[in-house]
Amino acid sequence: MGKWFKSGTPWIWMTGGAVSLSLIAVIGLFILIGWRGLSFFWPSTVYQFDMLDKQGQQYKVIGEIYDTESVLKDQLIAAGVTGLEDKEDTLQRYLIKIGNREYVDLDFQWVLETIIADKTIPKDVVVFERTKNGNFYGYIEGIQENGQAVTVEKSQFKDELQKRVERSLALKGKEEKLLSADIGHINFDLEKIRLKKRKLDMDGLLTAEKIQQLDKESELLRNEYLVLEEQLFTYRKQAQRDSVLVRDMSGRSVILPMSSVLDFYLPNDMAFFTKVKHWFHQVGKFISDDPREANTEGGVFPAIFGTVFMVMLMAVIVTPFGVVAAIYLHEYAGKNNITKFIRIAVINLAGVPSIVYGVFGLGFFVYIVGGSIDELLYPAALPAPTFGSPGVLWSALTLAILTLPVVIVSTEEGLSRIPSSLREGSLALGATKSETLWRIIVPMASPAIMTGLILAVARAAGEVAPLMLVGVVKMAPTLPVDGNFPFLHLERKFMHLGFHIYDVGFQSPNIEAARPLVYATSFLLVTVIIGLNLAAIAIRNNLREKYRALEH
Amino acid sequence: MITLAKSSTEKDLLSHLSAEKTALEIKNLDLYYGDKQALFDVSMKIPKGKVTAFIGPSGCGKSTLLRCINRMNDLVDICRVDGNIALQGTNIYDKSVDVAALRRRVGMVFQRPNPFPKSIYENVVYGLRLQGIKDRRTLDEAAENSLRSAALWNEVKDRLHDNAFGLSGGQQQRLVIARAVAIDPEILLLDEPTSALDPISTLTIEELITELKEKFTVVIVTHNMQQAARVSDQTAFMYMGKLIEYSDTNTLFTTPTQKQTEDYITGRYG
Repeated sequence: MGKWFKSGTPWIWMTGGAVSLSLIAVIGLFILIGWRGLSFFWPSTVYQFDMLDKQGQQYKVIGEIYDTESVLKDQLIAAGVTGLEDKEDTLQRYLIKIGNREYVDLDFQWVLETIIADKTIPKDVVVFERTKNGNFYGYIEGIQENGQAVTVEKSQFKDELQKRVERSLALKGKEEKLLSADIGHINFDLEKIRLKKRKLDMDGLLTAEKIQQLDKESELLRNEYLVLEEQLFTYRKQAQRDSVLVRDMSGRSVILPMSSVLDFYLPNDMAFFTKVKHWFHQVGKFISDDPREANTEGGVFPAIFGTVFMVMLMAVIVTPFGVVAAIYLHEYAGKNNITKFIRIAVINLAGVPSIVYGVFGLGFFVYIVGGSIDELLYPAALPAPTFGSPGVLWSALTLAILTLPVVIVSTEEGLSRIPSSLREGSLALGATKSETLWRIIVPMASPAIMTGLILAVARAAGEVAPLMLVGVVKMAPTLPVDGNFPFLHLERKFMHLGFHIYDVGFQSPNIEAARPLVYATSFLLVTVIIGLNLAAIAIRNNLREKYRALEH
Repeated sequence: MITLAKSSTEKDLLSHLSAEKTALEIKNLDLYYGDKQALFDVSMKIPKGKVTAFIGPSGCGKSTLLRCINRMNDLVDICRVDGNIALQGTNIYDKSVDVAALRRRVGMVFQRPNPFPKSIYENVVYGLRLQGIKDRRTLDEAAENSLRSAALWNEVKDRLHDNAFGLSGGQQQRLVIARAVAIDPEILLLDEPTSALDPISTLTIEELITELKEKFTVVIVTHNMQQAARVSDQTAFMYMGKLIEYSDTNTLFTTPTQKQTEDYITGRYG
């Protein structure tokens, strides 16, 4: 035993065990959120349950089994459930998603297995995804055009519906484009004219002539707007043409206007490959669509965009700043106690809670810097703030400060790893210190700088708390990048995957509907961070290959 | 005693070198690392177009003295120099001297090959690029000439744009010499240039040194006495920071005047 101890074997087991444990934790987490998040997009079977209520009346429920749990019989009896005396000790309880939110009290219901008399899988049950009120489960009874039933064979319902949904979606797309691009552009220009007028007024240069000219310009824009509005109403009217008549679980016929239908599918009538196709389609929609209904439905595209955009902006800010600071500390600052103290202070900055940076960002960047910018450059827009309110620029700056120590520390480490012989070689050829730095030292330290950047990106992409103070919002109406000059709108608020998780998971009006989205969004955030890191690692490895250090 | 007399005339020759034959004159040089004195009152004249070797046991200050000549010791914060070194009549320790310009006139090659992480070509033209030369043809020409004078051209002419780290140690050292030669210095300092190399590479470099003296004044530090005997015209023996003996190489190795020199070259210490 003593020999076994001496041989170092237990030490190897211990270290190996620590590694395995970390790996299991990471992979386990990844699998958990991945599975829970991604299985949400799988078209699950929709059942029709025949149930008995307390009076013994039969009624039907259509829905997906969302969750299952076992409960103790005694617990149920204690809670006042009767009629369980002859049942087993543990009973199954199902959470059923029944959709049809506007027609039922609760679109998610817990149901005890004892009251389910029968469970069938009807082939022709249809799931409608709608713009409002979530999914609708039911059976197609007919298709209407301008309120008149269209005569279609029952077997042709699906194809006919598909055609009409596509038509409606195309109209919706046109409408969207008109709203965001053309009309958005006019609004943008109108606002510019208003600000110009205000500016002239403030400078005392607003002559009657100028007023007339500006009014004329805005008049022109308004006329243009009216034409577009006409067009918009035409699209809307066209979209109102079709509707579909469906029968819900209680046998009631409901008319769903085609303009509210985004998609439909027959989950019980799908082959495996159709389901796979559908799954990819759903994942694609999740990634590329805007959120709907207080973020509990739809996609997360603006959040992905906001996260990536903000992180990249942060990287662009923090890298030069951190590198320059590290160069000063390592190359120019005297090797004395003050430098040591500064270095320790910088390292300790990494330990400050991020919310503190958020408060600092709000106080300094948003109110002081942003407020000053508004007063100097955008006085016409006041009291409405331009840069003086939280926005993506301030978020990026705040996170840049937050991640600055990481970049400084790893850059300094990289600088100190460069053999002094190279430094001397360059100096001996008549290079000055700064020439040596920029031609030899900094390029050679670039892999270390990239390492710092990787760590900074990983930290920044996962940070939420400070962002809540300096720029993130639940729902941003526009992206920070669009077609209006100057294309980058750094003062705009943005959406962020991390905040989206918090918002959907804990601020949502419909917890059950939001839960899988929390997993899916978490999975997506982790994937985005991994993606950003892999990109940075690829660049770093490339640089490493290029500046393969002298391994004497 | 005849030998002694002869050697003293040689010594006189070196110390009475005329100004146009002197590449460098070191006068009463003291050097301190903090409180510790590393060089004591060193004075010598280094003749133009010759190879001068510094020999001596480890820690005797021969590398330190060499590094004074292009002010490499400036990089050491605690280093302080008294006395002067005259390069064509100007004291290089004068405040008005531009250190970078000095180093363009006094090139240096180090103990270990230290090519930059760039292509062979870029390594050679590095010094020229620093001087702001951008003309492709000038650079190409300079690269070829320097690589030829470093006896490397034939080996690398087909892979000028490959990374310099792909070369062998000896080739790297010759590349470094080519790099130093490219900026056409007056003096070339070699700090134990072969100590990290194998015997065959060492031989190549030694042959190269003999060729280099046609164009440059060469000062070489070596701990290898045979090498000093083979390549140098004059040899200076240093011990404990003092210049003990400085004379014609033949004389120094055959008839040293000082006991310490004799002890060293006969291998009694060092």
